[in-house]
Amino acid sequence: MSRETMEYDVVIVGGGPSGLSTAIKLKQLDANLNVCVLEKASEIGAHILSGNVFETRALDELIPNWKELNSPIKTKVTKEKFLFLSKNKSLSWPTWLLPSVQKNHNNYIISLANLCRWLAEQAEALGVEIFPGFPASEILYNVDGSIKGVSTQDMGIDKEGNKKDSYEPGIDLKAKVTVFAEGCRGHLGKQLIKKFNLNNGKDPQQYGIGFKEIWEIDEKNHEEGLVMHSAGWPLDNNTYGGSFIYHAENKQVFLGYVIGLDYKNPHLSPFDEFQRFKTHPAIKRIIDGGKRISYGARALIEGGLQSLPKMFMPGGLLIGCDAGTLNMPKIKGSHTAMKSGIIAGEVIYEHLKNNKDLSIYEEKFKKSWVYDELFRARNVKPSFSWGLILGVIFTGIDQILFRGKLPFTLKHKHADHETLKQANEMPKIDYPKPDNIITFDKTSSVYLTGTNHADNQPVHLQLKDPNLPISHNLIKYDEPAQRYCPAGVYEIQKENDVNKFVINSQNCIHCKTCDIKEPSQNIIWVTPEGGGGPKYGNM
Amino acid sequence: MKILVAVKRVIDYNVQIRVKEDGSGVVTDNVKMSTNPPDDNAIEEAVKIKESGKAKEVIAVSVGEEKAQDTVRKALAVGADRGILVKVDGIVEPLAVSKILQKIVEKEKPDLVFMGKQAIDDDCNQTGQMLAALLNWPQATFASKINVKDKSLEVTREVDEGLETIEVNVPAIVTCDLRLNEPRYASLPNIMKAKKKPIEQLSASDLGVDTKPRIEQIKVEEPPKRKAGIKVASVEELVQKLKNEAKVI
Repeated sequence: MSRETMEYDVVIVGGGPSGLSTAIKLKQLDANLNVCVLEKASEIGAHILSGNVFETRALDELIPNWKELNSPIKTKVTKEKFLFLSKNKSLSWPTWLLPSVQKNHNNYIISLANLCRWLAEQAEALGVEIFPGFPASEILYNVDGSIKGVSTQDMGIDKEGNKKDSYEPGIDLKAKVTVFAEGCRGHLGKQLIKKFNLNNGKDPQQYGIGFKEIWEIDEKNHEEGLVMHSAGWPLDNNTYGGSFIYHAENKQVFLGYVIGLDYKNPHLSPFDEFQRFKTHPAIKRIIDGGKRISYGARALIEGGLQSLPKMFMPGGLLIGCDAGTLNMPKIKGSHTAMKSGIIAGEVIYEHLKNNKDLSIYEEKFKKSWVYDELFRARNVKPSFSWGLILGVIFTGIDQILFRGKLPFTLKHKHADHETLKQANEMPKIDYPKPDNIITFDKTSSVYLTGTNHADNQPVHLQLKDPNLPISHNLIKYDEPAQRYCPAGVYEIQKENDVNKFVINSQNCIHCKTCDIKEPSQNIIWVTPEGGGGPKYGNM
Repeated sequence: MKILVAVKRVIDYNVQIRVKEDGSGVVTDNVKMSTNPPDDNAIEEAVKIKESGKAKEVIAVSVGEEKAQDTVRKALAVGADRGILVKVDGIVEPLAVSKILQKIVEKEKPDLVFMGKQAIDDDCNQTGQMLAALLNWPQATFASKINVKDKSLEVTREVDEGLETIEVNVPAIVTCDLRLNEPRYASLPNIMKAKKKPIEQLSASDLGVDTKPRIEQIKVEEPPKRKAGIKVASVEELVQKLKNEAKVI
C-alpha cells in the first residue's frame, strides 16, 4: 500500500527547545517557508523534563522582546548555595570559590516544559505547523543516500503486528532539509550517527540519568529564587553525580538528582540513590511537611565537545541534545540547544536561498559562543573519572585559574554500557524502604507522570537477543535493567522456578536509559504509538 | 439525516488530578486536556453513520472556554463536517449546557443528537437526559450498539442487569458508552484539512441562555488515602475478619 506524502521545505523532528528555535528562526528569516514540527508527545512539553535554571542568552537573540510576550520566565535567581554532603553532615562551599560557570545570578528558575509550550505558541503564530502525537519513526533516504524526510508511525497495530480496525497508516513527510532535534539519545539521531559516521574520531558519548520531583513545601522553608546544588552523599567518591534544588514560584521546589551512567556497580539503583538523598538532614529539612506533586526522569547527554558528533549530513542536521550540546559544568543545556537550533535555522535559510552547502553549519557553530562555552567546559566531566575529590580539585584549577583554557583535552575513555563490573565483584547496596512521606517506590512515582501507552500495540522496547537478559545479564550483572530503569519497566519474575524477563513497556517514561546502559546494547528504544508516554505538566 | 454531536474538553484521563490548595477546584494550568473519552465514541459513531450513507452531515458542538476550540477541531479531524463553539467561561452546569444545546438544535434542526454518556470530570450523566426533556425527544442512554433504521434507531443499552435493546423514533438523543466502537485516529492530512473546516463561534448570551451556576460548590477535597491492606493466613481468618471487623457478611 502506498503511503500518503506531504511536502515541506523543512521538517523538524522534536518539539523541544532546539527544534522550536530552528522553526522560529526559519520563519523569521522567510515567512514563506513551509515548516513543520513533529512531536511524539500528546502535546508540546509533555515529554520535556529539565531542572531548570535558564540562561536567556539564546532566547535574547531569538526573541529579544520575550519579556513583553508573557513568557513563563519569571523567577530570577536570587541566592546560591553549594553543599558537600557526608552521611549526616553538610559543608556549604563559599560561592566566591565557585567557578564562574556555576554562578547563576542573571538566570531564571523555569519549567522547560512551559517554556516549550510558549515557544510553540510563538512558532505557530509565525505559521509553523506543529503536530503533537506524531512520532517520526523512520528516516527516508533518496537514491543518492541523502535524507529525503521521515515517515510517521503507523497507528492501530496490535501486539503481533497485525492491523486493527482503527489502523491508520503513517505518512511520508518529504523535506528539502530535515532537522533532527529529538533530545538526548534520539532513536533516529542514533541511526544517523551510525550511517553517516558522524562520531568518527570523537570520544564515546557520555550520559547521565536525571530525576526530578516537584514539591509543594511549607512556606517557612521556601525561599523563592534560591538555587542549591550538592555533591557527595549518597554517592561514593567514584560515582559521578549530584543534586539540584530550585525554589520556584508558588511555594514549589524543583528537586532533582543526576547520576553519570558510567557508574560501575551493577547493584546501584539510580532511583533509590535519589530517594535516599532526600533523607539527608540538610535536604529533609526543606521538604518536611511538604507534598510531592510530580515525578519524572530523563537521560541527559554529558560528553561535551570531545563527544560531539558532526552535526550536518546530506539533507539533514542533528541539533541540540540529539547531538549533545549540553554544557556539563554549567549543568545547562537549554540555551546551548536553542543556539544550535538558531544556527540551524540560519544555515538552512542560506542553503535554500543561496544554495550554500549544509556543511557551513560547522563553521558557523565554531564561530558561535556555544562552541566557546563547550570548549572551556570540555575538561570538567572527564576529570571526574578520577573520582569526586580529584575532579573537584582539577575543576577548580581548570575553571577558576585557567578559565577552561588549559592546553590539553582530557578524553572520555569508555562508553557508558562498557563500565559495569560483574555483580559478584561489587558490593550490594541495601536501600532503605520508602516511607511514602519523603521517599517513594517506583510504582507510585510513575503514577504521577500520567504515563500511558495504548493497549495492544507492539512492545517499543525491542531486544536484539530475547534470551540475553536471563542467559547473560542475570548471571553476570544481576540484570541491572531492574535497577537503572526509573519506571520499573524491567522485572525478573520467577515462574515455576524459571526466571523470566518481563518488559512492562506501558510504564516507559521515554528516558532512554536502557538504550544507553544495557551492557550488550541489547535493548533498542523505538517509538511507540503517537501520544504515548508521560504527560508531564510543568516539568 | 443530520447528526449533531456534543463534545466536551476535559482533563486527560491519564493525568493525575490535583486539588487546588484552597479547595476551590482542581489544578488545570499546564495540564493536558483532551476530548471526554465517550464523546470520542459519539463522534466516531456519527461519522460511521455518515460513511454508511445514512447521514449527510455531522456537526460537532462544544460549550466552554476559547480553548475548547481544540476539542471541536479534533472532532473535525476525525470526520465531522463543521463545528460550533459556544463560549462560556468558568463552570457550566449540565442544565446550562442542555439549554444551550436546545437552542443549537432549534437552529440546526438535526435528526439526531449524540454525546458521551457522561463527562469524566464531573461525572454528572445529566446533559443528554435534560436535553431530551427540554426538547421533548425520545432518549437512548448508555448506547453500546446503534442500528439506524428508516425513521427510528435500534439501540442496545448497557444497563445494570446486562443489555437492553430499545427502539426510539427519530429525532432522538443518544448518549454513548465506551463499548460503542473504537474511535479512529486523526491522520496528519485530516488534521490539516480540519484546519480549513469552519467553526462558528457563539456565546451563551447570543443564544439567550443564562449559564449562572445553580449549584454552590462549597469545597473540593481529595478522597481520603486508602489504608494499607493486610495479608490473612487462611480462608477462615478472611471470613472471620469480613464478618467481625469489616462487617460486610
